Amino acid sequence: MSNPQNLQYSKEHEWLTAADADGVSTVGITEHAAGALGDIVYVDLPSVGDTVTAGETCGELESTKSVSDLYSPATGEVVEVNQDVVDEPALVNSAAFEGGWLFKLKVTDTPGDLLSADEYTAFTAG
Amino acid sequence: MSPRLTALDALHRALGATMTDFAGWDMPLRYGSEREEHLAVRTKAGLFDLSHMGEITVSGPQAGELLDHALVGFISALGVLRARYTMICREDGGILDDLIVYRTAEDEYMVVANASNAQVVLDALVERAAGFDAVVRDDRDAYALIAVQGPEANAILSSVTDADLPGLKYYALLPATVADKQVWLARTGYTGEDGFEIFCAPADAEHLWQALTEVGAPHGLVPAGLSCRDTLRLEAGMPLYGHELDTSLTPFDAGLGRVVRFDKTTNGGEFVGRKALEAAAAQAEANPPRKLVGLVSDGKRVPRAEYAVVDADGAVIGRITSGAPSPTLGKPIAIAYVDAAHAAPGTAVAVDVRGKHEPVEVVALPFYKRAR
Repeated sequence: MSNPQNLQYSKEHEWLTAADADGVSTVGITEHAAGALGDIVYVDLPSVGDTVTAGETCGELESTKSVSDLYSPATGEVVEVNQDVVDEPALVNSAAFEGGWLFKLKVTDTPGDLLSADEYTAFTAG
Repeated sequence: MSPRLTALDALHRALGATMTDFAGWDMPLRYGSEREEHLAVRTKAGLFDLSHMGEITVSGPQAGELLDHALVGFISALGVLRARYTMICREDGGILDDLIVYRTAEDEYMVVANASNAQVVLDALVERAAGFDAVVRDDRDAYALIAVQGPEANAILSSVTDADLPGLKYYALLPATVADKQVWLARTGYTGEDGFEIFCAPADAEHLWQALTEVGAPHGLVPAGLSCRDTLRLEAGMPLYGHELDTSLTPFDAGLGRVVRFDKTTNGGEFVGRKALEAAAAQAEANPPRKLVGLVSDGKRVPRAEYAVVDADGAVIGRITSGAPSPTLGKPIAIAYVDAAHAAPGTAVAVDVRGKHEPVEVVALPFYKRAR
C-alpha cells in the first residue's frame, strides 16, 4: 500500500488533508490502520458542531475483533461527517484514503509533529 | 521466547496472511477479509491450518481404562474409528480443557487438546497414567493439522482421495490417502459446517495444502484464518476454552453436563472429579446459579468478552464470555453467563458497552445451525 504524498499523518494513524480555501481539512484513517483493525463493522464519529482536539479521542472504530479509539489529528470544529461510512463501515477498509473518509474539520490548530507520507511509511515499517 | 511456526508458515506469509501470536504459535489471523472467509465457509469452503492443536497418543492394553479414569467421558465405550467430544477436569470438577478423543485402534487413542492447554493435558494424563498398563506419548510434533470446512468440503476432498467419504460419519475417522499422502482423515470440525480434519506428517502439510487449494478453487475454497474460525464457532454456539470454559467452572456450569458419564463401568466407576461433579450435577438440576445463554443485539455496538450483562435497573446479572458481529446474522451476537432468573429465551436484558447500556435479547444457543 502507498500513502498519498499530499496528506499529513498522525502517529495514531489518522490522515489529514491540507486545508481548502475555507480552512477545512478532511480526516480519515490510513490503509495501514484499517488493515490492522480488520473488517470494520461500526464507526462512532463526532457530531457536526463538536470541537475536537488534536491527539484526543473523538470517536470509535469497531472491527470484528476489537474496538479502537479514534483520535483527531488536529484541533477544530467538525463541519461534516461522512454518513456513507456510518451506513457502510466497510468503506474504511476498501477506500481508506477516499470514500472512507471520516469527518471534515475547520482547523484552528495543527500539531507540529504530524508526519509526511514518507515519514509515516517509515514509521509504520518500523 | 519466539513463537512456534507451523509447517505451513512460509505458505501463510506468501499468501499475505496477517499473523498473530496464539498460545505461543505464530498463526494466520486472516488472509484478507475475515468476513469473506467466514461467509466462504458457510456457503462454499475454507481451508484452515490448525497445526497448533495438541495431539497426545495414548496406547496400550489399558489405554481406554486410563482415559475413562482421566477424562469425564466413557472413552473405552467409543467404537474404533469414532471420535468424541469430552473434557478433562480437576478433582474439584473444574475444567482443565475440552478435548476431542479419536479411537485410532483397539488399544490406541489420539487426544486432541487446545494449544493453550496441551502441556497441562499432557502432564495430567502422564500423572493419571500411574498404575495403568498404557503409554502416554507427546505427539505435538508428529502432526500438522489441516481442516477443510464448508458445504463444498465433501466434493473437494473426494477429488483428491479414494477414501469412502459417504461412509465416513460425523465424528468418525479413517486412515486414508489424500493427494498421495498417508493421513488420518476425520469428519470433525469447529465451524458448524460439514467438514474434515486431516492429521498429517508436518513434511506433507505443504503438499496437501497446495493440492487442496488447487482442487478447491473451482468450488470456492479460500484459506481461512483464526479470526473467522472464532466467529464461525461462536455462531455455532461452540465453547472456547478461556472464554466459556475454565478451571473455575464445571461442565454442568457450561450446560455441557451430558459429556460427564457417571455410568462408566471401568475402574469401579471412579474417575478424576467424580465426587465434585456429582455435586455440580445435583446443583445444576435443583438450583443453577448461572446459565450460559446467547444474546442478540439489534444495535451496531458489539458486546465483547468481559462486558457486564445488566437488567433493566442496571444491576449486573452476568458477564459476556465471547461476542462478535455475526457475518451470517448481520448483527452482533454474544455468549454470556447470566443469572438463571434472566436466562429464558426472549428475556430482554442489556449489555454495558463501555458505559452505554445496549439492549439485547436472550436466545437459545446455537445462533446458527446448518441445514442437513
